[in-house]
Amino acid sequence: MNPILEVKNLTMRFGGLLALDSLTLNVRADEIVALIGPNGAGKTTFFNCITGIYNPTKGNVLIRPPGKKQININGIKPNHVTERGMARTFQNIRLFPNMTVLENVMIGRHCRMKAGIAGAVFRNKSTLAEEKQVVQDSYEILEKIGLNQFVNELAMNLPYGAQRRLEIARAMATDPFILLLDEPAAGMNPQETKELDDLILWIRDSEKISILLIEHDMKLVMSLSDRIYVVDYGKKIAQGTPVQIKADPKVIKAYLGEDTDV
Amino acid sequence: MLVSLWFMFLTFPIMVIRVNTVENEIEWRWTRMVFIGISAFFLSFVWRYFIKKQETGGQNSSIGEFIKRAFNFNLILNRYKLQVFIIFSIIVVAFPFLFSIYQTNIMSTALIYVILGLGLNIVVGLAGLLDLGYVAFYAVGAYSYALLNYHFGIGFWLALPIGAGMGALFGILLGYPVLRLRGDYLAIVTLGFGEIIRLILENWNDFSFGPSGIANIPRPGFFGINFSLSAASNYLYFLLIGLTLLTIFVVNRLQDSRIGRAWIALREDEIACQAMGIDKTKTKLTAFALGATWAGMAGVLFAAKTTFINPASFTIWESIIILCVVVLGGMGSVIGVILGALVLILLPEYLRAFSEYRMLVFGFILVVMMIFRPGGIFPNIRRTYKFQENKNQLKKRL
Repeated sequence: MNPILEVKNLTMRFGGLLALDSLTLNVRADEIVALIGPNGAGKTTFFNCITGIYNPTKGNVLIRPPGKKQININGIKPNHVTERGMARTFQNIRLFPNMTVLENVMIGRHCRMKAGIAGAVFRNKSTLAEEKQVVQDSYEILEKIGLNQFVNELAMNLPYGAQRRLEIARAMATDPFILLLDEPAAGMNPQETKELDDLILWIRDSEKISILLIEHDMKLVMSLSDRIYVVDYGKKIAQGTPVQIKADPKVIKAYLGEDTDV
Repeated sequence: MLVSLWFMFLTFPIMVIRVNTVENEIEWRWTRMVFIGISAFFLSFVWRYFIKKQETGGQNSSIGEFIKRAFNFNLILNRYKLQVFIIFSIIVVAFPFLFSIYQTNIMSTALIYVILGLGLNIVVGLAGLLDLGYVAFYAVGAYSYALLNYHFGIGFWLALPIGAGMGALFGILLGYPVLRLRGDYLAIVTLGFGEIIRLILENWNDFSFGPSGIANIPRPGFFGINFSLSAASNYLYFLLIGLTLLTIFVVNRLQDSRIGRAWIALREDEIACQAMGIDKTKTKLTAFALGATWAGMAGVLFAAKTTFINPASFTIWESIIILCVVVLGGMGSVIGVILGALVLILLPEYLRAFSEYRMLVFGFILVVMMIFRPGGIFPNIRRTYKFQENKNQLKKRL
């Protein structure tokens, strides 16, 4: 099967620091792929490169939205990446704190809406219908994710776990075919992690959205992912199924350090 | 005690020393110093009382509570919406007939600032872009009308949209280079831009007639009728009321639209905003352009009102006043900005009773305002999208 996300030899250099060293990765349809590695390995840099926040020094990022041709999204703006169907969440929650939960999700719908200045001022029929539709759609997404009880709350007043879920809801509102989750379980308790686990599986199975996630919670990673990529110092050191990765000596070395026989 | 000593020291030069220029001697008014010391001493207790009350009262500041109780602001607004609206419109309509030309003119000036404030509110209050050179667009509007009239005899009504368009154009011109900047850096660049425009107007004599300005700008006409002076100022007053209402209407609509939401999101978090598919460039430029449009329009009105303009009307001080209108009124709040403009423009006029202490009292009021109501006179209670489950309907609340 053809990959829907294909990253080839991605290299990112910050001055003298080589943050990513020709990393190659692909995600196929309906797959959950995890990207793991020690702190500072370049995982988030990788996300920032493929979503257009950074412009990679070298390499190509190719996506294939369902039913469309493969396109190169290397170096285009983040909003265009999202428009083409690749949405993401952030490691440190980046919600719009002074907007309500519903409005946060409505922002996600923004790129699927058309109303311009004239539409806003004259408030014609199509604009009104669009606004109504957006509220409806946004509420449905919240209902699915289980946040509808908070619909009119300000995002900043939400409990931590709910904020993480709201980020996912907001990303889903952009109608993606692939979702990039940057440490979705960070700071969650075991109960919340369990719920997140279910949520991610549900997104893949019911919503047919592929997932690429960065995560430190090994239990979550091992139980969820179909395939795992391990990076260290910007280099890919291993890839394979969870079982393969668990047994890989290079991975153990990267995480636990080398045995030093004196 | 320290407070009173400090105030005695602070006010020493203005309150105690008086230079008598006729007899060339210095008068020392020591009794005044004692008076200030004592009153500052007591006032500091009042001050501390209010601060304490504010701290214990949490969000609701004591003065805010006091104002609320005295005027029953929210109560009146919510319960007697229609009545308030009718009374308010009667006052607005009857104003020029009840008061003198002088009062009407002051009110017209205040209304120009309402329009300016509402325009800047788009940029600063909604999109969160601190713009200190807003007066540049005001100048662009005013000079568009003055120069077009001088060279081509273009009338007010044609100049109004042209001025607004020129404002928008300059908004985009300024917007482009500063797209990457935020906060303090943006403020400094816009400040520089404002000064550039003023310096060009001051020094490019062939184009703008330099510091001597442009005189004999016609007042707005009404199907070729010539008004007497008082009728003209009344006419301008109603014109301004109409345009202010238009501004309020448009700004309100924009605020509650897809674009308004994008502005607020941009203010909240720029990176997340982009990651959610919002075009940062376009959103920022529309904010700049739309904000500048109102400034351009206000500029045309200003030129038509004063019939004479020169660069001295468009100094950095004007930008600061407009920014004060927005901040004092309550960022992002339309009612707040209107109140802010009225307070800031009318207060110095009516404080003329205090003659030489006018600006002192004015400054004092500003300081007190910001300490006790940091959110502005009328803090922005943003209308949020409410979702009602049973009706599945979009409802908005104030």
